[in-house]
Amino acid sequence: MNQAILEQKHPMDAYLREDRIPHIWCPGCGLGIILHSFLRGLLKSGLPLDKVAVVSGIGCTGRAAGYVKLDSFHTTHGRAIPFATGLKLAKPELKVVVFSGDGDLVAIGGNHLIHAARRNVDMTVICVNNFNYGMTGGQLGPTTPLMARTPTSPYGNPEPPFNIPYLVAASGAVYVARWTAMHVRWLEKSVSEALLKRGFSLVEVISPCPTVYGNMNRQPTGLDQMRYYREKSVVRNGANPKNVDISLNGEIIVGKFVDIERPTFSDRQEEITRRIFAPELPERDTSQQEATEV
Amino acid sequence: MKHTGKKPEPGQVKPSRCQVNILKERCKGCLFCIEFCPRQVLHESPEFNRKGYHPVYADSNSDCLKCGLCELLCPEFAIHIGPVEEEAAHD
Amino acid sequence: MTKSKPLTGEFFMNGDVACAEGAISAGCRFFAGYPITPATEIAERMSLRLPRVGGIYTQMEDEMASMNAILGASWAGVKAMTATSGPGFSLMMENLGLGIMLETPCVVVNMQRAGPSTGLPTLVGQGDMMQARWGSHGCYGIIALSPSSPQEIYELTIKAFNLSEKYRTPVLIMSDEVVGHMSEKVVIPPPEGITLFPRRKPNVPPEQYLPYAPDADLVPPMANAGEGYRFHVTGLTHDERGYPVMNAEAQDKLVRRLVQKIERNKEDIIQIDEDGVDGADVVVCSYGISARVSQFAVERARQEGIRTGMLKLVTVWPFPEERIRKLARRVKAFVVPEINYGQIALEVERCAGGAADTVLVPHMGGSIHRPESILDAIRKAAR
Repeated sequence: MNQAILEQKHPMDAYLREDRIPHIWCPGCGLGIILHSFLRGLLKSGLPLDKVAVVSGIGCTGRAAGYVKLDSFHTTHGRAIPFATGLKLAKPELKVVVFSGDGDLVAIGGNHLIHAARRNVDMTVICVNNFNYGMTGGQLGPTTPLMARTPTSPYGNPEPPFNIPYLVAASGAVYVARWTAMHVRWLEKSVSEALLKRGFSLVEVISPCPTVYGNMNRQPTGLDQMRYYREKSVVRNGANPKNVDISLNGEIIVGKFVDIERPTFSDRQEEITRRIFAPELPERDTSQQEATEV
Repeated sequence: MKHTGKKPEPGQVKPSRCQVNILKERCKGCLFCIEFCPRQVLHESPEFNRKGYHPVYADSNSDCLKCGLCELLCPEFAIHIGPVEEEAAHD
Repeated sequence: MTKSKPLTGEFFMNGDVACAEGAISAGCRFFAGYPITPATEIAERMSLRLPRVGGIYTQMEDEMASMNAILGASWAGVKAMTATSGPGFSLMMENLGLGIMLETPCVVVNMQRAGPSTGLPTLVGQGDMMQARWGSHGCYGIIALSPSSPQEIYELTIKAFNLSEKYRTPVLIMSDEVVGHMSEKVVIPPPEGITLFPRRKPNVPPEQYLPYAPDADLVPPMANAGEGYRFHVTGLTHDERGYPVMNAEAQDKLVRRLVQKIERNKEDIIQIDEDGVDGADVVVCSYGISARVSQFAVERARQEGIRTGMLKLVTVWPFPEERIRKLARRVKAFVVPEINYGQIALEVERCAGGAADTVLVPHMGGSIHRPESILDAIRKAAR
């Protein structure tokens, strides 16, 4: 059966592990779109592919690492970011990308997310947000909208969700954007910008999850959710991250929200090294480099 | 999504030979390409592929703009724009 | 100031500092850790010395981050270490398993303190020994070394790095608070006098490379990130390509190899220091600081005419099963002093198989044994 599939070629196959296509994601899932946009953005950035390392966590989004023909690491739940930090600090020439989901990055991985943003470790995080823990059956997570139904909130989710752009912007991220799986061209551009940006960049991508989240919230097909994005999303580049909360069936504000300059973690470590080896040189005043508040 | 420009009217753009390639065996029938095509080039076919989905097909007589949205919005890497290839022989 | 070389000479240092210096001598250039008594001084020493030798010290937000950061650094091609104590060791367990599954060389140091839970943070324990073997879920093999002095922790840290590269596995140093905080003479040889085992690299081009195709000793050559090999590795059960394979056949093949990788190479890995064991009636079997206390009791017992041997476990895991089995047929009893309620004693008893008695001399922690308690046990066992 695979022979028939392998006979048909797609231009992106050069960057995919074609012996693992078709991927495991459901019909109507947005992950394939996001992966495609990510690869296009990566190619457009011109970064040398041999130096790109992709690290993912656990969940449907986490499976993305297994499909890209790059050095890739499928690690444990929530720990992609510290693993990526080790990779980057030990080999600064690597371009490190973390590709993971909302539950993985913001719940169990939440602590690592805010610390990496605080330190401004040079990495690009693609956070796919499908509002639930898809792989385990759609349970509620820290980004599930208030009152949404899930298998662990059969009467409605009583928890207000995180506003991911606000969270990482407040923690110190230098590039923050949000798109949906429908905004393919904006997303590709954001990915390129985020990859070329020095410091901690995060692109949140809202994605359909028809099989579980959508099914329990009156959007049983991917198409239903893509139509919802088309109807309810508003492009507002430069919006204050404070104001981009998502409510159930409410407006989804997308755009590039933060794009600032801050010394990276490596810059600061180099500053320490300078102090060790050349104490007679005057200390650099980095206050001008600190960003003004968004 | 709010539009920033005007869509070309049918007939305003010279139609070129439709160059949408479908990798039928990869299609999972999500219908995104059909939904977002501005020129109704794509349709669901009645046949099945090996996985049991109805793959889409492109109408070669249609007004394809080669906008590329179908290629970008396909989650399965099953569509690409370019010279139409001969269908691969199946066993 | 110019870049420092590793230290050389004779020093008076405590075990924590000696451990850090051993890592630097071994070529460790990445440390990620979290402060925890009594291992904090290792982190402090690394933060002081690593930048001077061209390495990187980073303090992560917790022990899980620390464990993962050293895995990432190792995959980038840099020798990496972390250090902790009981509570942090427990936190690291899941990702120690990731290190084992991905077959990542690295060193994890546990300066044991009395537990369980918060326990006695500043006082000695040896209660994590079974956890060292079985702490992460699933079946695997592990290497754990147990030093008894600052000099020995210096040397065993180098050995740990060498074993971790040779067998592509995390290696544990199971030390304790007394060794960590005691200060003694430590002799550090010049770098030329230290043998380092290099990472085994692939000798095929990227198109032919299989990340988990093992050599004859069951260890696969390891490509690092950024070298053009474009590999994929996962914590899921995987095949030689590194791709996840969700069936029992792949599980059988992989898990057997992970366990056998250590088992079949036991002769190379295991190190035990024996003294007067042949012809002994009673053999004291111990490790870490308890082995040093035992030495005193063994000497006193010999003065009293008891034929006593000392078997110091330098490698605690893999456990020297054959040696114990063989000795059990010739001795009356093994006396096992340890600062817990019986952990390695269980291994001794299992391997002795009833052919000799196993006498546990427990201590719940908070201080080391009084040598008299071990001597009493030897006397009783000899009767």
